[in-house]
Amino acid sequence: METAAEIVQHSGGVIGVSWLTIVLPLLGAAILLLGGRRTDRWGHLLGVAMSLASFVVAVLVFVELLGFGPDQRRRVVELYDFLPGGTIDVKMGLLLDPLSISFALLITGVGSLIHIYSIGYMAHDPNRRRFFAYLNLFIAAMLLLVLADNYLGLYVGWEGVGLASYLLIGFWQHKPSAAAAAKKAFIVNRVGDMGLALGIFVIFTTFGTVAFGPVMSGVPQASQGTLTLIGLALLLGACGKSAQLPLQSWLLDAMEGPTPVSALIHAATMVTAGVYLVVRSGPIYVGAPTAALVVTIVGVATLLAGAIIGTAKDDIKKALAGSTMSQIGYMMLAAGLGPVGYAFAIAHLIAHGFFKASMFLGAGSVMHAMNDEVDMRKFGGLASKMKITWITFGLGYLAIIGFPLLSGYWTKDGIIETAMEHNPILGWLAVIGAGITGFYMSRLFFMTFHGKPRWEKDVHPHESPAVMTWPLIILSIGSVFGGGFLIAGNRFMEFLAPAVGRPEEMPSFHPFSVTGLATLALVAVGVAYAWMRYGRAEVPAVAPRGSFLTVFARRDLYGDAINEALFMRPGQWLTRLAVYFDNRGVDGLVNGLAALIGGTSGRLRRVQTGFVRSYALSIFFGAALLVGAWFVVGNL
Amino acid sequence: MTTHYLVLSALLFAIGGVGVLVRRNAIVVFMCVELMLNACNLAFVTFARQHGNLEGQIIAFFVMIVAAAEVVVGLAIIVTIFRTRRSASVDDANLLKY
Amino acid sequence: MGETITFWVLAVVSVAAALGLVFSRKAVYSALMLGVVMLSLAVLYAVQDAPFLAVVQIIVYTGAVMMLFLFVLMLVGVDSSDSLVETIKGQRFWAVVAGLGFAVLLAAGIGNAVIGAPTGLSGAVSADGGNVPALARLIFTRYVFAFEVTSALLITAALGAMVLAHRERSEPKPTQKDLSRARFLSGHPSPLPGPGTYARHNAIDMPALLPDGTVSELSVNRVIARHDVADGHLPDNPRLAQAIRKVAEGAVRTEQPKVVQAVAEAPEVPATAQEKPKAAQAAGTRADGPVEEEGK
Repeated sequence: METAAEIVQHSGGVIGVSWLTIVLPLLGAAILLLGGRRTDRWGHLLGVAMSLASFVVAVLVFVELLGFGPDQRRRVVELYDFLPGGTIDVKMGLLLDPLSISFALLITGVGSLIHIYSIGYMAHDPNRRRFFAYLNLFIAAMLLLVLADNYLGLYVGWEGVGLASYLLIGFWQHKPSAAAAAKKAFIVNRVGDMGLALGIFVIFTTFGTVAFGPVMSGVPQASQGTLTLIGLALLLGACGKSAQLPLQSWLLDAMEGPTPVSALIHAATMVTAGVYLVVRSGPIYVGAPTAALVVTIVGVATLLAGAIIGTAKDDIKKALAGSTMSQIGYMMLAAGLGPVGYAFAIAHLIAHGFFKASMFLGAGSVMHAMNDEVDMRKFGGLASKMKITWITFGLGYLAIIGFPLLSGYWTKDGIIETAMEHNPILGWLAVIGAGITGFYMSRLFFMTFHGKPRWEKDVHPHESPAVMTWPLIILSIGSVFGGGFLIAGNRFMEFLAPAVGRPEEMPSFHPFSVTGLATLALVAVGVAYAWMRYGRAEVPAVAPRGSFLTVFARRDLYGDAINEALFMRPGQWLTRLAVYFDNRGVDGLVNGLAALIGGTSGRLRRVQTGFVRSYALSIFFGAALLVGAWFVVGNL
Repeated sequence: MTTHYLVLSALLFAIGGVGVLVRRNAIVVFMCVELMLNACNLAFVTFARQHGNLEGQIIAFFVMIVAAAEVVVGLAIIVTIFRTRRSASVDDANLLKY
Repeated sequence: MGETITFWVLAVVSVAAALGLVFSRKAVYSALMLGVVMLSLAVLYAVQDAPFLAVVQIIVYTGAVMMLFLFVLMLVGVDSSDSLVETIKGQRFWAVVAGLGFAVLLAAGIGNAVIGAPTGLSGAVSADGGNVPALARLIFTRYVFAFEVTSALLITAALGAMVLAHRERSEPKPTQKDLSRARFLSGHPSPLPGPGTYARHNAIDMPALLPDGTVSELSVNRVIARHDVADGHLPDNPRLAQAIRKVAEGAVRTEQPKVVQAVAEAPEVPATAQEKPKAAQAAGTRADGPVEEEGK
């Protein structure tokens, strides 16, 4: 295996001002938030402009980066001393390499499309300006996360993403459910953040630095135990942000935010951060096979869990959220497989960014047409009413189930093949996951666009305005061709190699391998079953009670119940115990002491009768006692 | 003989002390205090003779002076209290208490 | 031998007097008992080679201090005797216990001590030629500072007593004008009629007869009339006896002239309750009953 290319110092050119990608959206957010109501009229336009400008800068950087030879494509731009002082000296800089620029392009590109779409989607919301401010903040934080050249900068972006997601999920804060979902997302993310922070601490104590370059080159000197510890801590962080088991519970509730937010979180930002972290820390996982194995197990478990959840949800957004969990699971699985999988993981991530954004925005378009209805049992037969949405959503649907030659086919198949080579159990589980994906995505698609209309009375579906459909069209183009463009001929693998290392042998793509055929067959079965159940047959307007398995899936695999039983209840008990101890033990001691002194004083004070003769009596008694004592001791 | 004087002195002192404790009329209490002072003086004088030293008599002399001053001020206080409270009982002046 | 007899007599007397001081109900008796104790002690001082102290004891204690005590006793009220009920619970019992304990312990301690024969003061005073010169030498040499300080103490005590006993006048002193006005307003500008001493009896308890022959009830002091009634010492003349009885019962109010304050704006203030019944003697009339305690 060939390690990653050396990192080169860089100044000048477009790369020298690559910090603009971060600063522009940040500036937009600052202007919109500080400007207040004065910016209401043109605020959304500024937000879109800033996002687009950031995208343009990213594209220019990308072009300039392509101008260098493959081994010269890792470039660091020093910005300033972030934390100067003593043994800690963190210099803030941006790392421009194929990995980070891929993310930057995805974030700004898909992000900009979501911005544009939001102009139409949020047209009637009185707080649209604030929404765009948060979107810009989200983009800026995510860009900082992927572009920083050290773990500390990454952590700043990481927390920024957490903040922005909190603000956006709870954007309709007047709804208690939205406020609760935002809080839940934030708190669950904090658990992951703690893991990331611990990982960074260990990294610093082990390597004495947090910059990516020195850390990765120092990995061979570190002990395997330390590397495993770092790997697991970082994985915990990744699980939090990427909604992997066991920190997956926030993702489904996060659907309380406006639909563009869901698209942004699922397609371009947030959940991809975990995958980025694992891939960026690749050498650490290469040095710690145990941690890498855990990553793959988490990935497989999540991809199955997400798929199962997706099969039972009637809420279109929640079904899509389940699919996101599942797809991120694929990426994690790939990322855990080492350098062979990195390219597939990132490629799938990019492809997923396209088709998932396309589907989420499509779902938003459907909701827009159906008076914000999200229950798929009240959709049906929308294909004829919303042609563009139907086609774009359909392309995204075909891409995600891995229809041959569409994006998902290339990337997901690559992951499954690689996993199969690595470990057949993981591979077959991934194949089963693909089959379930075929079922639940078909279910979603058929229930929404086909069958008989089951609309509510006063609903008049109509196609969305152009400002919403154009992003859909662009995204669907990406979801059709993106995967093939990246994977065919190992193009993306070659491009990414300087950043993540080149595997020993480039995987060759067999279109008709056993695994591939099995996958296709399983997906076909899933689609067929879904067609029978939801396309051709009547779909009941009210969800049937369902089998034990259905309920299991509908309740998010009892994730919330487990969290409550394992953490919330004991936490409450602990709190109650602490309160009890504080009230009875600490306060009791203090109050008891005070009461003792107070009571004694209350009684002693009665001695002060005010009668001089009583006092004189005690004096006289004292004198008598003194004489007696003197008599006894001194014997006179 | 010295012993006798001293025992007499002790007896007078104790009687005076009991008087201070049991009597309520402030003037009588005062008299009892004077009795105690006189008992002390007797002891001083006795010891002066016992040791052949005039210092004891000097002290007794000063005790008399101080007692005179004390009586003047004390009686003035009693008169003042009597004027406002119409009572010379020490038990009536018991406002300073718990 | 002489000293022993003196001691035992005086010891018994002084202890008995001390007990009397403590246990007599009337404060005046207590004061007298104290005087007895002090005189006994003075004699005992004299016996014990302290003639100067014996004299000082008599002059200062029995003379000045005891006078002061009696004076204040009279001022406060001779008849105020303590009630025998003890109000503080257990006070008497514990006082006796403490007193007995104290006395027994002290006596036992003194009795146990081995005390030799007294040295006597003859040696100490011989150089100065007597007790008083020897004391004087000590007071004005070694103890001169303490002596001077006691002078300051005495002055302070005198000042303190004056400050404590002093009272501010709450109203200005009536002028001669006020007194004169009060007298004319009282209805009796002239002095009250004198008793009928010169008329028929050589005694002041006889009412005078007015020029028209009527009996003047104003001419007899009420206190005297009361004594007369109480003792059955009434004149034979029923008119006179009747007049004396009426005075004794207080039926006749001898008008007290009221002092009108010299207030510039109110020259004609009628006699009202706010005027104090003072200065009766200044108006030249007999006081009706004993002079009342000031400030009453």
